[in-house]
Amino acid sequence: MAVILDMLVQFCQMTVVLLLAPLLTGYVRKMKAQLLGRRGPPLLQPYRDLLRLLRKEVVLAHSASWLFRVAPYLVFAATWVAAALVPTFATGLIFSYAADMIAIVALLGSARFMLALAGLDVGTSFGGIGSSREMMIASLAEPAMLLVVFTVALLAGSTQLSSIAAFMQGPGVGLRVSLALALVALVMVAIAENARIPVDNPATHLELTMVHEAMILEYSGRHLAVIELASFVKLLLYVSVIACVFLPWGVAVSGQGFAAYLTGFAAYLVKLAAGGFLLAVFETAIAKMRVFRVSDFLGAALMLGLLATLLLFVSRVT
Amino acid sequence: MIDPLALDVAHLFAGSLVLVSFMLLYQDRMTGLINIFALHALVVSLSVAWQAYIQHAPHLYITAAIALVIKAVVIPFALHRIVVRLGIHRTIEPVVGVGLTMLAGIGLVALAIMVMLPITAQAGTLAREDLAFSLSVILLGLLMMISRRNAVSQVIGFMSIENGLILAATGAKGMPLVVEISVAFSILVALIVIGIFLFRIRERFETVDIHLLHEHRGEQP
Repeated sequence: MAVILDMLVQFCQMTVVLLLAPLLTGYVRKMKAQLLGRRGPPLLQPYRDLLRLLRKEVVLAHSASWLFRVAPYLVFAATWVAAALVPTFATGLIFSYAADMIAIVALLGSARFMLALAGLDVGTSFGGIGSSREMMIASLAEPAMLLVVFTVALLAGSTQLSSIAAFMQGPGVGLRVSLALALVALVMVAIAENARIPVDNPATHLELTMVHEAMILEYSGRHLAVIELASFVKLLLYVSVIACVFLPWGVAVSGQGFAAYLTGFAAYLVKLAAGGFLLAVFETAIAKMRVFRVSDFLGAALMLGLLATLLLFVSRVT
Repeated sequence: MIDPLALDVAHLFAGSLVLVSFMLLYQDRMTGLINIFALHALVVSLSVAWQAYIQHAPHLYITAAIALVIKAVVIPFALHRIVVRLGIHRTIEPVVGVGLTMLAGIGLVALAIMVMLPITAQAGTLAREDLAFSLSVILLGLLMMISRRNAVSQVIGFMSIENGLILAATGAKGMPLVVEISVAFSILVALIVIGIFLFRIRERFETVDIHLLHEHRGEQP
């Protein structure tokens, strides 16, 4: 019986992630528009876009292989599984014991690999450019992300997100410069990975410097819908990881009962709203940088991660 | 035994000092560089003041005040004026290989920590981390001096080394006040001498890029 209940909660979590992801993106878009003094699309616009794309016919290039058709589903599956492993409203869910933070990084890495392959598959020049740039970003963003994981894991003594969240709520954390550095590095990685503004512009399909959009330029119909949904889920995943590691307050622990889940869910919604708002403010305040400056940006993230790990060795032992 | 929160705050300040040293390495605009140097001095004086509080050593407050007044206010102000009079306040210094310099810096920090931790195994936590961080700051200052071509940036690298020395002295239960004051004044004198030198160099070669000096010494660039 208990197992069935655990499965049910886990299933709820996966559904919540899937259903909230377009809403978060819509919220960020709305906020950005309002900060610029425009009215902006309605909050539910991403859902409508997805439904419209699902109804449309798929147009395939003549040179597209089976890989091109399979890649969107693989990308989506890897991203969704990674999102299912992140504690959102409750920690200690049944799936979270199957894999840790390193596995999440690996899942996201394989999703990106599939997408880059798909970008190369058709053989257009745009896809190739997008894939090569994505790989350049990944080669710096992934080590930076792993260093953040190492920092947090060295402190908490575990790479398990649930244990990390429990540790962060405990009294043993204190005030740590390493955690601040890790937070900044993680935010920078999240911005780069989700193709947000200083690195890539999520709102355009018409720019020579685009990265993510260049890779998926050949996709249409339900394939495009699935890829878009995967990118929405990825944004939600990064906000959730940041919230879970650095702001774990209010998260329910598995098995605490229905009321705890409800408060956890409310806290999660507040955190998402705050994260989305901050992202919108940041994106409005900053200009997009040249593609060749991106390596400097991510190099700084990598350096912060390294420094955070190094500084831990001279800090107070817990 | 010191309260863990107090230790964490000390660690926070000392760690930020290392971070600001990296910002010095990264910054290539002249005005920004001087402002970050002022921040460096501000962080060091905060760190010293906090350690004065937790070590119950009132004379360290004077050290902190000297660092704050001379190095966070007077020297940046003087440097701003020098830079404006030299006409290089808008220049962007061509820093070669920021990424490589950063990696070298990280390597130096790792080296400092690896050297200092076994040596100071007997000392208290505060002294250990102060010594490790101050050695990192000193090495980063040296790295800045050898990686920059502009004489003004080299001066700033030199001054940041001095900030690292203050941190080290603070960790070792503070240095005598006479020493501290004489060091502070020698730094001021050094600034004046270097300032005069800068103008001499500029008069002679019409630039402060020290690579021209190498040619005059007969070295191949």
